[in-house]
Amino acid sequence: MDNNKNWIDQRFPLTKVWNEHLAEYYTPRNFNFWYFFGSLAILVLVIQILTGVFLTMHFKPDAAHAFASVEYIMRDVDWGWLIRYIHSTGASAFFVVIYLHMYRGLLYGSYKAPRELIWILGMVLYIALMAEAFMGYVLPWGQMSYWGAKVIINLFGSFPIVGELILEFILGDYAVGDPVLNRFFSLHVIALPLILVVLVFLHIVALHTVGSNNPDGVEIKKNKDANGIPKDGIPFHPYYSVKDIVGVVVFLMIFTSIVFFAPALGGYFLEAPNFVEANPLKTPDHIAPLWYLTPFYSVLRAIPPMFGSQLPGVLAMFAALLILIALPWLDRSKVKSIRYRSWPYKVALTIFVISFIVLGWLGMQAVTPLYSLMAQIFTALYFAFFILMPWFTSIGETKPVPERTTEH
Amino acid sequence: MSEQEIDLKKRRFLTGATSVVGAVGVGFVLVPFLSSWMPSARAKAAGAPVDVDVTKLEEGQLVRVLWRKKPIWIFKRDKTVLANLPTLDAELVDPNNTEDQQPVYAKNPHRSINPEIAVIIGICTHLGCSPTYRPEVGAADLGGDAWKGGFYCPCHGSKFDLAGRVYAGVPAPTNLIIPPYHFVTDSLIRIGIDPKAS
Repeated sequence: MDNNKNWIDQRFPLTKVWNEHLAEYYTPRNFNFWYFFGSLAILVLVIQILTGVFLTMHFKPDAAHAFASVEYIMRDVDWGWLIRYIHSTGASAFFVVIYLHMYRGLLYGSYKAPRELIWILGMVLYIALMAEAFMGYVLPWGQMSYWGAKVIINLFGSFPIVGELILEFILGDYAVGDPVLNRFFSLHVIALPLILVVLVFLHIVALHTVGSNNPDGVEIKKNKDANGIPKDGIPFHPYYSVKDIVGVVVFLMIFTSIVFFAPALGGYFLEAPNFVEANPLKTPDHIAPLWYLTPFYSVLRAIPPMFGSQLPGVLAMFAALLILIALPWLDRSKVKSIRYRSWPYKVALTIFVISFIVLGWLGMQAVTPLYSLMAQIFTALYFAFFILMPWFTSIGETKPVPERTTEH
Repeated sequence: MSEQEIDLKKRRFLTGATSVVGAVGVGFVLVPFLSSWMPSARAKAAGAPVDVDVTKLEEGQLVRVLWRKKPIWIFKRDKTVLANLPTLDAELVDPNNTEDQQPVYAKNPHRSINPEIAVIIGICTHLGCSPTYRPEVGAADLGGDAWKGGFYCPCHGSKFDLAGRVYAGVPAPTNLIIPPYHFVTDSLIRIGIDPKAS
């Protein structure tokens, strides 16, 4: 056994990689509930890739056959319904996990120096994931696939002068049709998954270079024992690999319950009009993107057209997404964790979370004057969180941060 | 060789020149890949004109046909509707069709060649949904008595009157687009080609 290991180690750094990233990767000992979601995100990515591989074997990326081929998977392929429901539930589960993972970052200041690059890579991952999910939702070629694609693609048509050209470039036609379905299939199945996997790899490499943050926001590498091992660190494997298994079990209990008992989850995971084939002549009575995109959709709808163009709304929507990248530089606080932050930050974070959820809810509703006004107010609050951040993170009394992690 | 001095300047120039030539090469290689995304010859050829016979079209009735994969509405308006159109002017963004959203021969109060027969591209100028036909006057959900019939976009709540003109205060910025069309005979419309005179 040892001989085999030596043989490999001389040719490939197997033991070195294993130790650096698992057995001798020292992780803060005080991780709590919020630290489950990174490993869960990887689990969901694996689930999506595996189920996706099998769905691709039966799906036909052709506007004339796509809808029927999904119905074929659901009715005629042995266990096809299960594979498809795992994949569709996985898409929403991915965003649940990612949103909680990002919220963890906000709670404990995980984006602050020296972890800015981890945050940026994570944001690029998040944007790539949105593109991946959007393109995946177009593939079944139902009513929501079609009209959702139409609305989102038309956003790019609002750019002055080049808008029309960009539209033709994306569509490969003059309207949403077969070329778009075909190229979205290619991007959804090959290009974006590859990008996602590479970004996840970079995200983890960057994380393992600086080490994990923790609920106290103290740098464990500052306190090392005689052997150079952080006093507050424990090896990732077996301590956290085993802890993460507990998270996996609980996650899978909830996940499989949805897959088996409520795969459409009342229209939140799969919308009813998407069980009707795409019809270019008739828009469904109410159209909204899936829940994970609705906060940004609300921002889009909140901004009225100006100068005879809807460009301001489109720009606001992209700004709402991209401004998150600037977070490490907008936050001027000396402390990382919410435990030691001043009260203005706690208030601002609460308002921000409420705004995000309300915007998400509004994005699913039909437009009324009241809802438009609410969307405008909460859009303003959403942006205020970022614009005022340099100010409210530098005022108020912060609590002293301990030298070592607190017992938990 | 070892005694010869290394000419770093020459080396940098060669590296730079190779990189530039390489980048230009990559640029050329990109062209076919990017162009492959533009509408294909088949997609371009599919834009042929469409004929619609309106002999049997009744007042208030709306038919939809596809032209270049876009829904085209053809509907017949009665005298009350035509009389109501000018009364709405105050509530509209562009009642006089100043924006270039129609061919010159449809730049009139009823936005059509024949006042009764309207031909409009049924795509909301906001983000491309197809608005719903709501001809009933006084619909409670669309503003009650003020509503003289028109189109309502279910996606983002934009409203248009029965000439496809957009109401103020809704997300859609401009009037609905009128496609090029002409009457081949009194009852046959050809969508996609301008009248000979223009």
